[in-house]
Amino acid sequence: MSKAQDTLFRTLADPTRRAIFERLCRQGEQTVGALTARSGVSQPAVSKHLGILKQAGLVRDRQDGRQTHYSAQLRALSPLIDWTSQMASFWEKRFDDLEDLLKRMDQ
Amino acid sequence: MTEPSADSRTVVVEREFLHPPEKIWRALTQPHLIEEWLMKNDFKPALGHRFNLRGEWGGVLDCEVLAIEPNRTLSYTWNFAHDDAAFDLRSIVTFTLTPSGTGTLLRMEQTGFRPDQRQAFGGAKAGWQQFITKLEQLLTRQD
Repeated sequence: MSKAQDTLFRTLADPTRRAIFERLCRQGEQTVGALTARSGVSQPAVSKHLGILKQAGLVRDRQDGRQTHYSAQLRALSPLIDWTSQMASFWEKRFDDLEDLLKRMDQ
Repeated sequence: MTEPSADSRTVVVEREFLHPPEKIWRALTQPHLIEEWLMKNDFKPALGHRFNLRGEWGGVLDCEVLAIEPNRTLSYTWNFAHDDAAFDLRSIVTFTLTPSGTGTLLRMEQTGFRPDQRQAFGGAKAGWQQFITKLEQLLTRQD
């Protein structure tokens, strides 16, 4: 396993941390307060988990006044994703464009 | 030249187009047409010709024509060199055109591997597989 994969697996091995990350994936950007309200752990604990997720590149933070907003960085997961499924979806889209091109070539 | 190894994986995408093979062949082999559906390129329909495909995302693919049979088969390497093995990809793309009753069946087969994925998920547990599958679905929807 590569170092990048190792870091991602270790970061997401903690169930609380994984739940926070999954919530950010599903619901988009959230503040620490909003994440704490539904996590069942204290705000300092949530902040610590977010710090670890940030170090792994899995979340990004954005300061807005006194609030810090966190969002999931799905690109960081690419070392875990099988390239074949990425390429399959790439080629499906290219074939869509090819189909459009072939129609235009008629004229 | 990249040799598909025992550890290689294959992606196959097939679609039937309501157009004759000759027309699809032009779209696969004329640079200005390739650019319209695939990427910017300096392709030439000649065996051994080396060219690049340049993605909008800034990535450059190293390619070499391996097989060419007008209106039937086109094959070239599709290599993406990257220092991080997680992104490095060595592969071969082969297009096969087969006339069908109403048009042409186009088959794209890509075979290759990423160096660090030779053993990829060998040690991963079922839970992780499930998690990754869900993420893949999520990523596909986001594209």
